[in-house]
Amino acid sequence: MSPAGALLEVRDLTVHHGQLRALSGVSLSVFPGDVYAIIGANGAGKSTLLRAIAGLHQPTSGSILLDGADVARVRPERRVAAGIVMVPEGRRLFPSLTVEENLLVGQSHARPGPWDIERIYELFGWLRDRRSQLAAQLSGGEQQAVAIGRALVANPRVLLLDELSLGLAPVVVRRIYETLPEFLASGITVLLVEQDVSQALRVAARIHCLLEGRTTLAGRPAELSPERIEDAYFGLASPDSGAPEPERTGS
Amino acid sequence: MSWVNAIIQGILIGGLYALFACGLSLMFGVMKVINLAHGDLAVVAAYVALGVVGITHVPTVWSFILVVPLFAGLGYVLQRSLIQAALRRSILTTLLVTFGLSVVIENGLLQFTSANSHSLDIGSLVSDSFSIGSQITIAYLLLAIFIVAVAVLLGLQYFLSSTRQGRLIRAVADDREAAQLSGADYRHVFGIAAAIAFGTVALAGLAFGMYSSFDPTIGTDQLLLFAFEAVVIGGLGSLWGTLAGGILLGVVQQLAAQVNAADQILAGQLAFLVILVVMPQGLTGQRRTA
Repeated sequence: MSPAGALLEVRDLTVHHGQLRALSGVSLSVFPGDVYAIIGANGAGKSTLLRAIAGLHQPTSGSILLDGADVARVRPERRVAAGIVMVPEGRRLFPSLTVEENLLVGQSHARPGPWDIERIYELFGWLRDRRSQLAAQLSGGEQQAVAIGRALVANPRVLLLDELSLGLAPVVVRRIYETLPEFLASGITVLLVEQDVSQALRVAARIHCLLEGRTTLAGRPAELSPERIEDAYFGLASPDSGAPEPERTGS
Repeated sequence: MSWVNAIIQGILIGGLYALFACGLSLMFGVMKVINLAHGDLAVVAAYVALGVVGITHVPTVWSFILVVPLFAGLGYVLQRSLIQAALRRSILTTLLVTFGLSVVIENGLLQFTSANSHSLDIGSLVSDSFSIGSQITIAYLLLAIFIVAVAVLLGLQYFLSSTRQGRLIRAVADDREAAQLSGADYRHVFGIAAAIAFGTVALAGLAFGMYSSFDPTIGTDQLLLFAFEAVVIGGLGSLWGTLAGGILLGVVQQLAAQVNAADQILAGQLAFLVILVVMPQGLTGQRRTA
């Protein structure tokens, strides 16, 4: 299967954490301009998938194609130049750098494109006044905004968002997701991992459900009944979802 | 007045200690590598300068133009090869590797240069001085070394806080993986940090070689120890803390020498231990500026 026009394509990806098989043969096609959400329970391999696409995990087998070119063996920093940029779980700002310095680091290996620091200050208006504060002094939601800004200024083609809502108040999460249309409008494609399924269903054009490292369901939220999503999420395999038995190597 | 003189001498020599220490501090701060060969590298730099002067007959003070870039390049290459390979295994491996490097350097020097002590000949500059009042005598050389040390620290501070590369060094020191996700190759950034560390320690080695005599084993016996003490007294990761640490160490040593010249190194070490007990974070606390 090689869908024409896919911006990012993951083919039969298998990733091990030591003995544990975290992902087994996951395939996924991401088309330009869409929001994709990967959902699944804790330990389903969502973050592993995202981190493998960003280059932080070496796959055991399979390929990751960006515009048809396999980047599965490319170092993470080179993938940034190719247009894959990730906002890591837990924000991971540089705590001893100021807000502006964090954004400058994000810009240091940027591709040419519409996003720059000035535009981030327009997107998050309050950020401008706090530009010279240390990142460590910001609240979680503010840090998340800076982390998104730091990724946006690199002008990604595919933006990977890992657990944006983790540890944040629902109202803060909503406000952050409200900025999503603005960067979609600039031509960025979004692939996100979200623990909060209802949030994911609200924003995503397509969802992809993982269970113990395998795909159990994929499709458009509108076409999937809540029951099917629930079954795929918890592994109550219904015949038509075709979920294979979870498998582990080693133990 | 001789006590005042001792304090002034201590401050000036503290600049040299800080120059020794800033590279050690930088490598620890950025890549968590404790370079046990740091002192030996300074000694090698002094020997290289001896060779450079012997061959080219340039005035000794100008040898740094060649030696410092040479060591910076060596630092980059060594970091990208040997030290990076050790880092990939574990932080402890880097201790073993740099310890091994230290042993190799010392024995190599003993083999090729003998155990005799040498010094870098700078003519009358070594003893030229001016006096303030009747008791205070300041050697031009020591004053020059102090000024160079402060200038290097100022330059390093500016580089780290205000340049793109310096910002990347701080970012990598904070979070290597997050820096990768911003497109920075941390191995290259490590190389740059090592180049700076090696360059500054080479400069310190040259200054030391002009100020005092050196032999193959003094790198680990004294210089590494002083550098460590300056870094720890000042507080890890802070450049100005390192200068303060170097100065405190120098002053304590000089004051002790007033009482009994044989006790000066012991006194420095006691001061170091006292600081370690009373202020384990060092004079400048935990906040890192580098």
